Amino acid sequence: MLEYTEKIREISKQLLKECKVDMVIGFRKGTVPMMNEPTFIKSANEVNQLVWDSNCGINLANYLTNRKENIGIIAKGCDSRNICVHLVENKIRREQLHIIGVPCKGMIDKRKIADLFGKEILNVEEDGESIVVEGDGTAKVYKKKDVLQENCAICIHRNPVIYDDLVGDLVEEQKDVDRYEDVRKIEAMAPDQRWNYFDDLLKNCIRCYACRNVCPLCYCPTCFVDESRPQWVGKSIDPTDTRTFHFLRAYHCAGRCTDCGACERACPVNIKVRTFTKKLEKDVKELFNFDAGLDPDVRPPLDVYKTQDPEDFIK
Amino acid sequence: MKVLKINKEDWADGLKKLGESCRLLGPLKDGEFHNFKELGRGELPDFNFQNTRLSPKSIVYPQSEKMFDYTLDQNDPNHNILKEAVKDYSPQVVMGIRPCDAKALSLVKLNFDTPEYKDTYWLKRFESTTLVGLACHNPCSSCFCTSAGTGPFHPEALDMLLVEDNDQFLAQILTEKGEAIAKTAGWSTEAGSDVQKQVTAMKEAAEGRITSFISAENLKNKSAMEIYEDPYWEDVSFSCINCGTCTYLCPTCWCFDVQDETCGNCGIRMRNWDSCMYPLFSLHGSGHNPRGQKLQRVRQRFMHKLKYFLDKYDEGIQCVGCGRCVRYCPVNIDIRRVCELMNRSEACPVTI
Repeated sequence: MLEYTEKIREISKQLLKECKVDMVIGFRKGTVPMMNEPTFIKSANEVNQLVWDSNCGINLANYLTNRKENIGIIAKGCDSRNICVHLVENKIRREQLHIIGVPCKGMIDKRKIADLFGKEILNVEEDGESIVVEGDGTAKVYKKKDVLQENCAICIHRNPVIYDDLVGDLVEEQKDVDRYEDVRKIEAMAPDQRWNYFDDLLKNCIRCYACRNVCPLCYCPTCFVDESRPQWVGKSIDPTDTRTFHFLRAYHCAGRCTDCGACERACPVNIKVRTFTKKLEKDVKELFNFDAGLDPDVRPPLDVYKTQDPEDFIK
Repeated sequence: MKVLKINKEDWADGLKKLGESCRLLGPLKDGEFHNFKELGRGELPDFNFQNTRLSPKSIVYPQSEKMFDYTLDQNDPNHNILKEAVKDYSPQVVMGIRPCDAKALSLVKLNFDTPEYKDTYWLKRFESTTLVGLACHNPCSSCFCTSAGTGPFHPEALDMLLVEDNDQFLAQILTEKGEAIAKTAGWSTEAGSDVQKQVTAMKEAAEGRITSFISAENLKNKSAMEIYEDPYWEDVSFSCINCGTCTYLCPTCWCFDVQDETCGNCGIRMRNWDSCMYPLFSLHGSGHNPRGQKLQRVRQRFMHKLKYFLDKYDEGIQCVGCGRCVRYCPVNIDIRRVCELMNRSEACPVTI
């Protein structure tokens, strides 16, 4: 995907030069391995800061919320789906956006790579389908497909669903993917076992809210955990409060989450927070046959009333 | 300075003896990373780590701490009385704290132990804690301790510094507390006279492995207002998601929030870590928020660490270069880059 960088710069330069947009939102090269930083460019002279590689896992739709400018935005498949969700939810207007679509082959999982490599990583380069990891005099090569973020490995919408330009040819979508193998395992657990599983999953949470804040869906002016009149949730690291935060956050994402994986990527203590959102994604798929963010004109199922609703109580 | 030799064969036995008289804490690996935890009986700290994911500040300053109990029952004679919560301030020994994290405690102490104000919870726990440092032979590539007023063998705030040397530890005794625990553990073999040279050589080698640096020399003389109004803050703050990762992982961030929680007629008043990255942190009761914008909050964090603290205490910056915020910021905001921008003597273009 490295070749996308040149195209991104070229398109951005043109957009800024012709004053079609006030800014372009993309990524600049990170200061540590396997990290890039979301950034904005306002001048055609600065486009060379923009980069693209397999470390662009942050969802840039998060940076569009309520902005007033005309914006060029780099969007891989999941970013484009969250742009759709934003359009449906009136967080940005379509005419403000010039979407520079990126057909995506997945982002690499910095934790998985760190685990496999086993010692401090000093440099990571990608070469086509290979990821070359260097540290302390040794180097190892991994196949990119073996070190993808988990959400990317099961992604079925790699191509942007909405765009004005494309930086490369559309890529082949993954077929016959089992998206919910992990969810079914948890569903099959006995209640006690499941309780313990969730306790263990959340035991390291420090309530930093990185998962919430990195998520394009979480834009409430005041989140329910921050409300103080009344105060719905305690602010300590009491396990009940921590669970309440995670469960309710996930429910707020039902029918809207695109499984972009930003939450899991952002967590500083490696909590697999997608476990919750994926269960709700599966439920929404089964109950309403709905995939979030594929169409900017379709409202999410929990936001509409239909007479064909599968639940009897609502009819 | 007295230096003891502790043969690794005698290590477990010494810790066992220590564990009989006080709580022992040390780095343990749980899942994919190390954190400081209380060691069970016979459990040894795992020194096979560069640094812990969370800083050990919670040992002295827990993320959530009960201060008072109270009752809402009007018929209770204690109604309307805040009763001090019963706490355990019995002696504890932290085995294997990194010198940067120990130095961080001495920076936090500047804030919690002033002539006008003493934070009794923090101070009592700090005083009941003995800090046994573990010299850092292999610093991370994102550590910049040597340019942040500390270093891989820095002794400040430590009671004892362990230097791992093949099948033994060389233990520098730095305070009476350090002397006392060495005695309790039964570590008494003094190292030979040439040991200081050996330790100095190891220290220099470790310092030589630091590859990351910051420049902070101009910060003291620059005007706070000038830095405050510099043009780069929009660029610096753009990617910030205002989560608490940097502040909660930071060994020198000390801010807290006071909360009352009730269940039926029973209430507790507690304090919890808070973060200047959260909009709620500075929200006034009136509804006004002096730092309502992300840019203001991000600027506050860096101004506090790198300028206000320096101006107030003249004890260097409020950063020990542990690199945690650099490594774990979800969007790669890098304090080294921000410090560079702030330290530049003239206003320059935002791109570097």
